[in-house]
Amino acid sequence: MIILKAAKAGTLESNDILVMVMPTDKHGIELELESIVMKQFGPRIREVILRTVAELGVENVHIRAQDRGALDYAIAARVETALRRGAEGGAL
Amino acid sequence: MKRLRRTMLFIPGNNPGMLQNAGVLGADSVILDLEDAVSLMEKDSARRLVSAAIRTLDFGSSEIVVRINPLDSPYGLLDLQAIAPVRPDALLVPKADVAQIRLASSELDRLELEAGLELGTIRLIPLIESAMGVETVTEILAASGRNVAVLFGGEDYTADMGVRRTKPGEEIEYARNRVAVACRAAGADAIDTPFTDVEDFEGLLVDTLKARNLGFTGKAAINPRQVDTIHQAYAPLQTEIRHALRVLEAMEEAEREGKGVFSLDGKMVDAPIINRARQTVDLARRLGLIGGAS
Repeated sequence: MIILKAAKAGTLESNDILVMVMPTDKHGIELELESIVMKQFGPRIREVILRTVAELGVENVHIRAQDRGALDYAIAARVETALRRGAEGGAL
Repeated sequence: MKRLRRTMLFIPGNNPGMLQNAGVLGADSVILDLEDAVSLMEKDSARRLVSAAIRTLDFGSSEIVVRINPLDSPYGLLDLQAIAPVRPDALLVPKADVAQIRLASSELDRLELEAGLELGTIRLIPLIESAMGVETVTEILAASGRNVAVLFGGEDYTADMGVRRTKPGEEIEYARNRVAVACRAAGADAIDTPFTDVEDFEGLLVDTLKARNLGFTGKAAINPRQVDTIHQAYAPLQTEIRHALRVLEAMEEAEREGKGVFSLDGKMVDAPIINRARQTVDLARRLGLIGGAS
């Protein structure tokens, strides 16, 4: 999947995560993550995001994620939505 | 044992915090909403979130129902195709008519086959919320063997009728009667429209009792705080339970004595009264209001 344009999904409400994806000229996945639970769960959130990106076959993307204590299922769903929106130009 | 659907609680489908708590709110069913609670721009996001939530979260003993978008909108079929594989207990189909229920049913046939699920695993609940829906509720119920209940939506129904929606609800009385009788005739649950004033618990109790007396078996809730009040309205009173137990005792005694017809407190007891007593005792046992097995 190729990211063609900037897109986002999620919110800044508690238990949610706001994920923004942008096309990049560089090769690979760049991830900027901030979280209210960074100390305890930062590595885990990063892992869930990167796994979702890999599952969708995205190789080059810049991701900015602001986490408000989302569980894994919500992180994965928001990342997938943001990536698909960025790839397709807005999905139904 | 037949599932109780005294309360069906709406949960906005695009809100992770509320989805995560849905299982602990005490409702018999939770309705994860992809329709009115979700803006057009967020339909895709909510669909993925609800699908992931059903796969991952524990909803306790609550029945998991998903309200999809209307099947004649661009989103309805996408919802159905994304949600069926994660196996909710039922789908709530808004603005239901015969064609939409047939379409939902045949799509589920196909998706269940693909997913290796037993045919008929996922149930349907038509949401009746138009004049045409009310007038054809019997046909809608007959349109699929998957139908287990009907939810009556009073807000959209009164909008369709062009009449004002009021708290006493005289304007929906005919529709309530019609839906309740059709459901009873089809052996389906009848779920009443939500009471929209979430601060008025006395009004909620009165409204729930009114619908219960018309034959509704449950009520939709739009706020977790409404659940207890609705359950209160559906719990048999202690006087009703005592009377029912006495009817059943008198019946057993009459059977022992070989009497076909008998009386209790000077009133003849016949089959309908015995059936009602059985229903009351059965419900009271399930709600833990009396102990022991029958």
